[in-house]
Amino acid sequence: MGKSYKKTLDEILRSLAAILLALVIGAVFILASGESPLRAYGALIKGAMGSPQAIANSISKSVPLAFTGLAVAMGQRCGMLNIGAEGQLHAGAMAAVITALTFASLPSMILLPMSIAAGILAGMAVGSVPGIFRAKYKTSEVIVAIMLNYICTLFTSWLVNGPYKVAGSTAQTELMPEGIWFRKILPRTQLTTAVLMLIVVAVLIYLFLWKTSIGFQLRAVGSNPEAARAAGIPVNRYLILSMTLSGGIAAIAGVTEMFGKYHRFIEGFSPSFGFTGIAVAILGKNHPAGVILTALLFGVMDMGALRMSRETAVSSNMIIVVQSLVILFVSAPTLIKAFHRKRG
Amino acid sequence: MKAINMVGIVKCFGPVRANDGIDFQVEKQEIHCLLGENGTGKSTLMNILFGLYHQDSGDIYINEKKAEIANPNDAYALGIGMVHQHFMLVNQFTVLENIVMGNEAGSFFTDEKANRQKVEELVERFGFRIDLDEKVGNLSVGMMQRVEILKTLYRGADIIILDEPTAVLTPQEVEELFRILLQLKESGKTIVFITHKLNETMAVSDHVTVIRKGKVVFQTATKDTTPEELATQMVGRQVEAVVSRPAKSYGEVVLELKQVRLQDKAEKMVDLTVRAGEILGIAGVDGNGQRELEELIVGMSPCREGSILFLGKDMNQVSIRQRKEMGLGYIPSDRHKHAMVPNFSIQENFLLGYQEDERYCKHGLVNYKALEEDAGKQIEHFEIKVSGIDQAIGQLSGGNQQKVIFGREVIHDPKLVIAAQPVRGLDIGAIEYVHKTLLELKEQGKAILLISAELSEVMNLSDRIAVLYEGEVSAQFVNGTYSKEEIGLFMAGKKEEA
Amino acid sequence: MDMINSFIGLTFQLSVPIVLGALCGTIAERGGIILLGVEGMMLLGAFAGVAGSWFTGSAFLGALCSIAVGIFIGWLYGLFCLKWKAQQSVVGVGINLFASGVTAVMLKAIWEAEGMSESVAAIPNLTIPGLCRLPLVGGLFKAQSPYLYLTFLIVAAVWVFFYKTKYGVRYRAIGDQPFAVQSCGINVNRYRYIAMMVSGALAGLAGSYLSISQNNLFVVDMTAGRGFMGLAANIFGGWNPIGSLGAGLVFAVAQAARFYLNDSAVQIPSQIIQMLPYVVTLVILLIVGKKAKGPEALGKLVD
Repeated sequence: MGKSYKKTLDEILRSLAAILLALVIGAVFILASGESPLRAYGALIKGAMGSPQAIANSISKSVPLAFTGLAVAMGQRCGMLNIGAEGQLHAGAMAAVITALTFASLPSMILLPMSIAAGILAGMAVGSVPGIFRAKYKTSEVIVAIMLNYICTLFTSWLVNGPYKVAGSTAQTELMPEGIWFRKILPRTQLTTAVLMLIVVAVLIYLFLWKTSIGFQLRAVGSNPEAARAAGIPVNRYLILSMTLSGGIAAIAGVTEMFGKYHRFIEGFSPSFGFTGIAVAILGKNHPAGVILTALLFGVMDMGALRMSRETAVSSNMIIVVQSLVILFVSAPTLIKAFHRKRG
Repeated sequence: MKAINMVGIVKCFGPVRANDGIDFQVEKQEIHCLLGENGTGKSTLMNILFGLYHQDSGDIYINEKKAEIANPNDAYALGIGMVHQHFMLVNQFTVLENIVMGNEAGSFFTDEKANRQKVEELVERFGFRIDLDEKVGNLSVGMMQRVEILKTLYRGADIIILDEPTAVLTPQEVEELFRILLQLKESGKTIVFITHKLNETMAVSDHVTVIRKGKVVFQTATKDTTPEELATQMVGRQVEAVVSRPAKSYGEVVLELKQVRLQDKAEKMVDLTVRAGEILGIAGVDGNGQRELEELIVGMSPCREGSILFLGKDMNQVSIRQRKEMGLGYIPSDRHKHAMVPNFSIQENFLLGYQEDERYCKHGLVNYKALEEDAGKQIEHFEIKVSGIDQAIGQLSGGNQQKVIFGREVIHDPKLVIAAQPVRGLDIGAIEYVHKTLLELKEQGKAILLISAELSEVMNLSDRIAVLYEGEVSAQFVNGTYSKEEIGLFMAGKKEEA
Repeated sequence: MDMINSFIGLTFQLSVPIVLGALCGTIAERGGIILLGVEGMMLLGAFAGVAGSWFTGSAFLGALCSIAVGIFIGWLYGLFCLKWKAQQSVVGVGINLFASGVTAVMLKAIWEAEGMSESVAAIPNLTIPGLCRLPLVGGLFKAQSPYLYLTFLIVAAVWVFFYKTKYGVRYRAIGDQPFAVQSCGINVNRYRYIAMMVSGALAGLAGSYLSISQNNLFVVDMTAGRGFMGLAANIFGGWNPIGSLGAGLVFAVAQAARFYLNDSAVQIPSQIIQMLPYVVTLVILLIVGKKAKGPEALGKLVD
């Protein structure tokens, strides 16, 4: 018991070290652009957590990141890198919105679950493709997923610029019926019931991975595919399954943005949630709890960045730099270890 | 003149003394066989000579001059080349490109003509038959080996080390190899030939050095010795208590192999049976079909020729999981690769292979309570040293890992246990435990197939023994029929007289 | 006639960054390194070009800055992948994100602007008298960037290096069997570091083409996926420099088509045309299946 605690603690410390290192390097960039890091980071924290509204908005910003993070984690648990969450969430968002618009006359009790299901199914369909390529042809799932990212974003772009475009200069669809919008939890914020959906999904993922036989087999394939094969686990089927599930989870990121925030499909709604999700998953150690914590951290950064850029001369994009550095440092475990050793 | 003189070489890997004060001399222009069973330190010694390892102590003299060999480049500078057991070739490239790799003609641009000329000269001088423009990936194994030998010659090697060169060759290819080696000797090269095969040693070498457990035990001119003497020296004459007592009677046939092809190169098919209450020991030097045998029975590779019957049922269309459900317990030879998920807990590793067993899995949910119960029971029964059932199995010692795996496979009351190299890498205490467990299982009436490269292990435990040689059964007999030396000869390719 | 001429000219113009991006992929992956960070390196190059041109007043020095930054990032990339043994795909994602963030930050720091920089000196286009009047291909010589010709030179140079020099042969072998090459006494990692830096330099160059040859300013995220497109083109072209050139042109045709489609009789949405190269790449992967292998040792490290 003691040992496994120590290991977890070690991992958390290492993640914190990566974040700290990223913040320090970020501070150097801030200094270089002629600002005080203290003032900048102070504005960031105030902006993200200075009021209940700010906190609510920080949480709301973390929701899509948490979903893409969970999606990537699901793939990683099976040894697959789902770099295609970006495409999957576009496909999911579009499918959900089209379903909601097409069947707008249905009662919202039926329409809402139906639209969400359509979105998830679309994401699963897109997600399954890299899995199938990998299982059948040993093609890298990464390459296939990158192609699909473009295919999905371009295809949805065509839909929202063409057949589903509403009059006006913006590339967006009509509004969905108001009855199926997610409700706001706190007025005058963007925090909606999407966050409840997130908690439910995260718990379900946890139960699936650690309490079911299928989840066990999926993790076994990810940890030691050879042993899994020797234990009679159909490895290829699990590679496809994990990518399919991952695609479905990624789709929810898009779906919740549609139903909670925009109430329609709007081109360019995702500031690469899919790619940031990779960072979230890796920093969160591919565990639902870790993913949610990391997503919160990233949400806080994203929210605080707005105020930081208003009050100081530092661009809000500084936060992307910090996030990318976190990815880099966490991706290279030996680097942080070496850093550790040098300090003692 | 001595081409190689290694004096007092010591090399340790952790607590294991792989080379324990070895003195090794090779005359110039001879073929010298380095003979010994697997894992006795032959390859370690040669890897030191080739600069892949560095000795802990001891000196090396090449052509009577003291030499420091820190890496393969140093070795080549001294005229030492090595052909590894696993070929170091780029399959997508041509023979010519592979041979010249790293020492190409031309200063920047490829000078194909010059490369070809140089290689063609070599090929002609040593009488190789090879197409320089063929892609290496399309070559037979024997041809690939020739490319490797040409690589060493191209780099100007005068001393050529071959590590188990015949392990992967057909008999015809072996003959061609010997022809080439003799030709090389004629033209002044010195050859060190690592092997465990006696007939080859007798056929091709001028001198033999026998290594056992990291020490040189015997050294002679080949013409002054006999295969029998070499076999005795190789396996040693230890007095060991026979642990196994043959059962009075055996039960029904549990496992039957009928006309199964183990290796593509094998000419004869394999027939084996294991009965309830019996241990069938598979003896033989590694790489003679043991791994194929293991994977075929468990179902990891499909049985294309012949049939495998388990409890009278043909296993051809039966999945790994179904076989395990029918009562097949499996201790894989590669523990880390096939038997466990290192970062999973002991408890979760108990689920591996039994993930859909009714006891552990109800309505798709894992029954952790049952797992905990079973894991706890086996930890107690096998006296496994752990901090708790949630400890990651990768943190345990090899012996404790193996006990967990035994515990897992045994608790489902298997009819048949495949134990492949069950004590590999374990310490003495754990070895004893594993052996005791196997005998207990036998007493309980289980059928056991024990595959082991350690002859003494097979002899101590088995009721019957089958010897594998090049994918064929070279002998099959009731334990006690033959002496250790005679079995050693079967392991080296001698056929049992019918 | 005129339209075909200018269409060909535009296609080649659009192909430059994609072909260079594809070459980055080819160069790195032929040595066994998965390079997902082309997009980011290109973006950094684009920014460095504008910044260099802004501070020195010379577009030529700006381009050199792009190359220098590319080399530096390539080296860092190599450190992460080779020395610190990071998961290569993840490093790529990190570099792309880093580039996107850091260029926007620097943009604000230097020009106090969001979105785009001020105008800087750009590299002038060339018109080659005589040749520009040729039928069909005249567009290639009329108001074209010198980068276009440079790109052809680079493609040729990489091809010659890969297939005609002993170092190139060794390097290609590294991508397939690094251990075999190492056993021949060759320092595998040194080759890989150099390859990463060359890849970085080409990505930087491609970025500077976008920012100070096609334009005269930096726009946030101006690479707009051309790096990834390049990677796709590299796969489409079979990890071969000439193939990369061909595939890059195919992608460019799809991009150029969108400028002409609105006028044509058949209305095909530009997004669908742009999707085609990706779909085709997937279909190729599907058809060639198991044989469509890039270098065998992609992602494998040696000590």
